[in-house]
Amino acid sequence: MELVTISFKLNGRPVAVVASPLENLRDVLREKLQVLTVKAGCGQGGCGSCTVLMNGEPVVSCLTPIVNAQGQEITTLEGIGTFNNLHPLQQAFYDNFAAQCGYCSSGMITVAKALLDHNPHPSREQIIDALAGNVCRCTGYVPIIQAIEQVTDSK
Amino acid sequence: MKQLGIVGESVKRRDGIAHVTGQTRYVDDVSYPGMLWLKMVRAPVHRGILKKVDVSKAEAYPGVHAVVTAKDVPNNWYTILCLIGVGPNDEPVLADTEIMWRGEPICAVVAESEEIALEAAQLVELDIEELPPVMTVDEALAEGAPAIKKWGNNTFMYEGKPYRRVFIGDVEEGFAKADHIIEGTYQLNPYDHVPVETQTCVVKPEPDGRLTVHSNTQALYFTKDNLGIILQMPDYKIRLVGGTVGGGFGGKVDVVIEPVTAIAAMKTGRPVKWRWTRTEEFRNSSTVGMYRMHYKDGVMNDGRIIARQVISYHDAGAYHRHSPYGVQKHAFNLAGPYNIPNVDIKAYCVYTNRQPSSALRGFGVTPASFAIEVQMDKIARTLGMDPWQIRFLNAYRNGQMKAVRKVVEDATLIETMQAAAKMVGAELPEWCWKARSDDWKG
Repeated sequence: MELVTISFKLNGRPVAVVASPLENLRDVLREKLQVLTVKAGCGQGGCGSCTVLMNGEPVVSCLTPIVNAQGQEITTLEGIGTFNNLHPLQQAFYDNFAAQCGYCSSGMITVAKALLDHNPHPSREQIIDALAGNVCRCTGYVPIIQAIEQVTDSK
Repeated sequence: MKQLGIVGESVKRRDGIAHVTGQTRYVDDVSYPGMLWLKMVRAPVHRGILKKVDVSKAEAYPGVHAVVTAKDVPNNWYTILCLIGVGPNDEPVLADTEIMWRGEPICAVVAESEEIALEAAQLVELDIEELPPVMTVDEALAEGAPAIKKWGNNTFMYEGKPYRRVFIGDVEEGFAKADHIIEGTYQLNPYDHVPVETQTCVVKPEPDGRLTVHSNTQALYFTKDNLGIILQMPDYKIRLVGGTVGGGFGGKVDVVIEPVTAIAAMKTGRPVKWRWTRTEEFRNSSTVGMYRMHYKDGVMNDGRIIARQVISYHDAGAYHRHSPYGVQKHAFNLAGPYNIPNVDIKAYCVYTNRQPSSALRGFGVTPASFAIEVQMDKIARTLGMDPWQIRFLNAYRNGQMKAVRKVVEDATLIETMQAAAKMVGAELPEWCWKARSDDWKG
């Protein structure tokens, strides 16, 4: 397939990549743009560890063809918070031991950010529902839910 | 009283900030200039004779740097516990003459990109004469079953016997004396660890002949030792870089990714990455194999278990890996933390043409615990006894003799149950609250 140039905004700044149109957004971010916070867990859209926000909506980047990103706003974990400027969600995950191996954390926090942007006071059921596409094999989910609840309570 | 600095404090994870900011480095985040990708070609059938592997078309495919086959493996045996006497060698690193399970690795295509490696892998031609597979423990142990292991049967041999035996006293005498005989069969089906991070390895061949190996193994020393044995390389030539494991649970203790990646790196002279797909993680990584445990207990009217006979079958899949060790541990725990004077245990480690199994959390012991405790509840129901009380009654005390012929020391079942009972507000008679693990006077 012929290579094309795809331009989009990544965490607020304009970027452009040369890629095959059906190359997936996850691999483009990781391999071409060195955005390593996006994780590869399954390549099948099933685990959620590759979750990024496209125009504020969570998408599984492993199943998003790069052409779909043309002209869009992509947000990854770096755009949510960094270690010298933590987002309250990141602080809450840290405080509540919501990360053990850490592999699902990027996707979990990204999805939680989207949830709170849409619904600043979700119920526990709404939180659980929002996390339905993200698999964690270590924590049993409870600390993750508690971390998100903590942020909503303090708002 | 001495001031304790850290004991009793809740300490935040050292890597916590890195995790929540996505800065923790996993093996998939490791990259070197000129790095190649590896894809494995795997057996499509459960059992057969591997007659021919034709890699010529794959080798010729544009972008392919090498195809690694059994011939490229210096010492083509993966016997992880060989250093503690578990044998004989049974599992080749890459299949050479026979196929023992569907998914068994045969040859590895190493190419410029994951996509090219996948495309070239389709061009490998395999000539396999299929053989009837043995797919269950029952099939493996049936009269006249094909012997799939080269020593002539389908079980691991523990000191000349096809099972691990643990016994004390005389169960038949116990059954004769008992007021009730209570039986139960308990089965744990195969399942998988499913870590969110799949097994991944990057090997960089160094100009001085050494190897830098990045692996998400849970067991660096297993990897280092077995790599040295398989590659026939001295220890000092292998530099193993471990790090954060994205979920292990026992699923990343087998040395099944590093050897071929290392050989690929040496053969091509380039760094090589092998990242398992989710499908490989489900269908080709070590699972937990089936356990089926048959309990026959001789129980008195007052609830004392005086005889316990257990026959246990574990489906290890095609190869040893850790199973002979796991079944041994399993056998030692099958009687449970209870004082039973007559015990007879036979635990079989059975081979079938299935995905090899290995360690998973509480290796060998959790299946036993499951069976033991469900059986305890069955005994309680049969006798019309309270399930707490039957456990307080039978719990072994310090100084008593276990079925494995060791004296009980530091028993804590009673104290743990008391703490649990308090937590849930269970109503217990006074004698349960008064019981202690060291209240047996001999």
